[in-house]
Amino acid sequence: MNPDTFDPNFQIPAPERIGEERGSLTRIIQELVFTVDHKKLGLMYIGSGLIFFVVAGIMATLIRIQLAVPRNDFLEPDVFNRFFTMHGTAMVFLVGMPIIFGFANYLVPLMIGARDMAFPRLNAFGFWVFFFSGLLLYFSYLGAPGLYAAGSAPDVGWFAYSPLTAKAFSRGHSTDYWTLSLLMGGIGSIVTSINIIVTILCLRCKGMILGRMPLFVWLILVVAFLVIIAMPPLSACQIMLILDRFAGAKFFDTQAGGSAVLWQHFFWIFGHPEVYILILPGFAIASEVIPVFSRKPIFGYPVMVAASVMIAFISLGVWAHHMFSVGMTSIGNTFFAISTLLVAIPTGIKIFNWIGTMYGGKLRFELPMLFCLAFLFQFLIAGLTGVMLAIAPFDWQLTDSYFVVAHFHYVLIGGLLFTIFAGIYYWYPKALGRMPDFRLGLLHFILFTVGFHITFFPQHIAGFLGMPRRIYTYDTGRGWDIWNLISSIGVIFQAAGILFFVINLIYSYVWGKKAGDDPWDAWSLEWATTSPPPSYNFETIPEVRSRRPLWDLKHPDDPDWKYE
Amino acid sequence: MTTAAAQPTEWKLPSTRKVAVITLIVTESALFTIFLVAYLFYMGKSLNPPFPSQVLEFPLLATIALLSSSVTIVFSEKALHAGKKGAFHLWWAITIALGAYFLWFTAMEWKHLIFERDLTLATNVFGTTFYSLVGLHASHVIIGLFLLTLVLVLSLLGKVPADHTEHLEMISWYWHFVDAIWIVVVTVVYIISIRY
Amino acid sequence: MLQGWSGWASGPGAVLLLMALVPHAFAQAVTGGEMRPIADIFQPLSRPAEMIHESAILVLAITAGIFIVVTAMLIFVVWKFRRKGAEDDLKEPPQIYGSTHIELAWTVIPILITFVLILVTSRTIGEIQNAKMPEDALKVRLVGHQWWWEVHYPDLGIITANEIHVPVSSRDGKKRPTHIILESADVIHSFWVPQLAGKTDLVPNRANQTWIEPFATGTFFGNCAEYCGTQHANMLLRVIVQEPEDFEKWVANMKQPPLTPESGLAAQGHRDFYANACVSCHRVDGTVAEGVFGPDLTKLMTRQTIGAGVADLTPKTLRAWVRDPQDLKTGCLMPDMKLLDSEVDSITAYLLTLK
Repeated sequence: MNPDTFDPNFQIPAPERIGEERGSLTRIIQELVFTVDHKKLGLMYIGSGLIFFVVAGIMATLIRIQLAVPRNDFLEPDVFNRFFTMHGTAMVFLVGMPIIFGFANYLVPLMIGARDMAFPRLNAFGFWVFFFSGLLLYFSYLGAPGLYAAGSAPDVGWFAYSPLTAKAFSRGHSTDYWTLSLLMGGIGSIVTSINIIVTILCLRCKGMILGRMPLFVWLILVVAFLVIIAMPPLSACQIMLILDRFAGAKFFDTQAGGSAVLWQHFFWIFGHPEVYILILPGFAIASEVIPVFSRKPIFGYPVMVAASVMIAFISLGVWAHHMFSVGMTSIGNTFFAISTLLVAIPTGIKIFNWIGTMYGGKLRFELPMLFCLAFLFQFLIAGLTGVMLAIAPFDWQLTDSYFVVAHFHYVLIGGLLFTIFAGIYYWYPKALGRMPDFRLGLLHFILFTVGFHITFFPQHIAGFLGMPRRIYTYDTGRGWDIWNLISSIGVIFQAAGILFFVINLIYSYVWGKKAGDDPWDAWSLEWATTSPPPSYNFETIPEVRSRRPLWDLKHPDDPDWKYE
Repeated sequence: MTTAAAQPTEWKLPSTRKVAVITLIVTESALFTIFLVAYLFYMGKSLNPPFPSQVLEFPLLATIALLSSSVTIVFSEKALHAGKKGAFHLWWAITIALGAYFLWFTAMEWKHLIFERDLTLATNVFGTTFYSLVGLHASHVIIGLFLLTLVLVLSLLGKVPADHTEHLEMISWYWHFVDAIWIVVVTVVYIISIRY
Repeated sequence: MLQGWSGWASGPGAVLLLMALVPHAFAQAVTGGEMRPIADIFQPLSRPAEMIHESAILVLAITAGIFIVVTAMLIFVVWKFRRKGAEDDLKEPPQIYGSTHIELAWTVIPILITFVLILVTSRTIGEIQNAKMPEDALKVRLVGHQWWWEVHYPDLGIITANEIHVPVSSRDGKKRPTHIILESADVIHSFWVPQLAGKTDLVPNRANQTWIEPFATGTFFGNCAEYCGTQHANMLLRVIVQEPEDFEKWVANMKQPPLTPESGLAAQGHRDFYANACVSCHRVDGTVAEGVFGPDLTKLMTRQTIGAGVADLTPKTLRAWVRDPQDLKTGCLMPDMKLLDSEVDSITAYLLTLK
């Protein structure tokens, strides 16, 4: 504000045209389409991700209806195969990645005391590229049909092994939609990750050395590095597949001496780090929520950072544990079994550190904390089934069976989705200025948790009894009937839980209690500004001396920087 | 938020442009690595000719041209730092010319391979991996040339501010990266695989 | 100990199994022996599956232990340190930033556990993958197709489909392992008969191998375990383990081409079989039918199922398949041949003689 030109009688001019007042629909759409503000983009990422989540969830519901009883004819085999392909592809690329980038976009600049991301226009570009890639993928239902109804949505599984994706075995354009959509989405992810890295390394406020960043920011930094290293292999795969399908290239053409297994190597060189890209942000959210609701700092901050970096490094060298049955030599199998077991160590350590954070604290069971507690229990199970899968001989029985399906749903739903719920409830007041309703949230929590376990726990058993994955039906008498039925019943509870979640989001926005700057009594910089923050984030850029700047402010007699 | 004991040291963080270009180089390196691995994996595995030893010739002039362009772009930047705009434009234009020559040479080589030696992307795994690897590199050269030409034109029109030296340096870093990739590609393709 | 609970798990399955199979019990008793549709990986009945089972039990025990300990820690912490009311909120608890000793302990212990697991894993991998097959091991060559299994016995000159017969081994006596070479004619498939061995993929342009050494007779159920397209779910496999004498009888029968029927509906069917180009895809030993795109039909009626397990093989299902395979297995690569009803009857009658 310039004192020379400040005019106290100045009035904001009335709108020139009817309907152009702030808040009108055209204005809102205009703002959304042209915005480069990291907060709006963050909310757009999360909102789009949640919409795709509901769509992919409906597909999963239909899959479970089909599998509820043996030899069911609810879905044709082709329809089923498209559903599981689209469900997997959408959940990874159109739900997981965007919601993660949404959280990162919204929170990182606030947490490091910056005004926006380093490259705001690149940020917007990244969002719209992702959004269009999602539309492209789903457009395949309409745009891809070809001869004999070959085409429609992709049906080659989310990892699209060759030679099933070759033109000979995948007619029409369904696979091409998959390929192009992921190629586009990959560009968006890489570009956003470059933005994140530059923002974190170059825009931190004064005093925030790397060792004083919130763990959330550390983990997002690690994730961004993983993306820029692991995403290009997927892009390479897509380019190779397009060349094979359209230009007669021989990358995966076994008739010409090409290798079908090469796709698997390249895909999983992307695919394994990808699952760490998906889960590390879950760890990031848990590392913010658990300390605040235990009223203690995170236990062992340096080790948490080191463990995260180690997980990222090791995760680049475990990919062939998805290929134990492909016929690698015993040396190859042993190497990857060892590397996979090694990555379990830093991951396990993190669970102990979270428990250590809660130990001696004063636990508050607000909604974010409830979801994090469930996360800890469920991720423990997921990690242990992962250890079982790391044991290559055991994996020879378990891989490609429902055991694996159970394992990764425990990781991605039990781990990632639960922390996403925790994060949404935790930062909802900051982003939207209202407190989420506790009772609706509790209903969401109970119904969804119960439903989740009912659906996915029995799938471990079905896997033990020899049920392979990706089958549209099965015979009675194999011992699978009861487990599939129970699994399908769980969907009802999950759906009810999601319903309450959506109701809560809307209800709280309209009728929720107004939230102040810092409703949870937390310690990181995003709570040092209004709820919601102004477009410029902070009135003055803060300066920090410890990992918990707000703790220092609230406890001037006992600040963190005395102990760090 | 400012505390009583203010920190005396200056708060210096790396330049956003530099970090951005470095991360871009890292991610592009990952992409090239996969195509390199594919090339190496399929070395010697083609079921039918033509094979590398039959059709490849070390591209000496093109390599000299491309690598020299890394030197000339350094001369160009030095001239800019010294305030010699004319020399800056000259060396920058020479860089573009050398890069363009490299591309022209590649195009001629490909024309020869496709029309006279019957090697296409679809001929065998050598053709597939050769064209995709060299083509990926060539596409990066094209992007680089586009950026360089854009800068030259804008600068000649007087639209490049004097304090944009770092911007130009970033473009030169990208150009150096493209050259470094060429060193790896030419070694793998024209020195190692030429024996198969 | 663990056998018990998986038995419980298959209880309801066993009841349904009995209900489903009683009509077939007599028919299968001769060729199939005891039906083993519950492919429980914790009921291994072959040496490689048993080796896997050993390491699996160890891993399960370790992970169960970890689960119990950590869950107990979690429950303890949640209970003991819960917020105890508004007064309790006035003071923050002691702010502990970490503890080198504790963190060291919970790093070292997982490392030790991991070390043990690494040793067990490496040994088991080597034992199974590098097992030396004896010279006289039965050789089977399996070629995966969309969506059926082509079975060759190269040393015996037998070609069949979807079912593998092998002799049983004795634990303390004669071992009769079967060496299986795995190839694919199109996309990637996976051989998985859980009670006999772990999975091995069938990859085009790559000959993988696996082996089994079953200790019990009966029909073992398996599935293709790598998504291979529309009818992946119905690419089922059966391994029939027999006493050596029964196996020899089966081999002898398989080597004997069936007699071409000379009169009646079956003879008409034999002529219709050729007239309708069935021979371009199918092979019947002893005739000019030499097609290789579809399953070998020489001994069709000795098999238990049709369409690689999509239905049990009975005259009724056979007729339905001949009339329009797309009805039973939509999307499969045998087209609807648009046969006249009379042709359907006659060809079915002919196929019924192939045993």
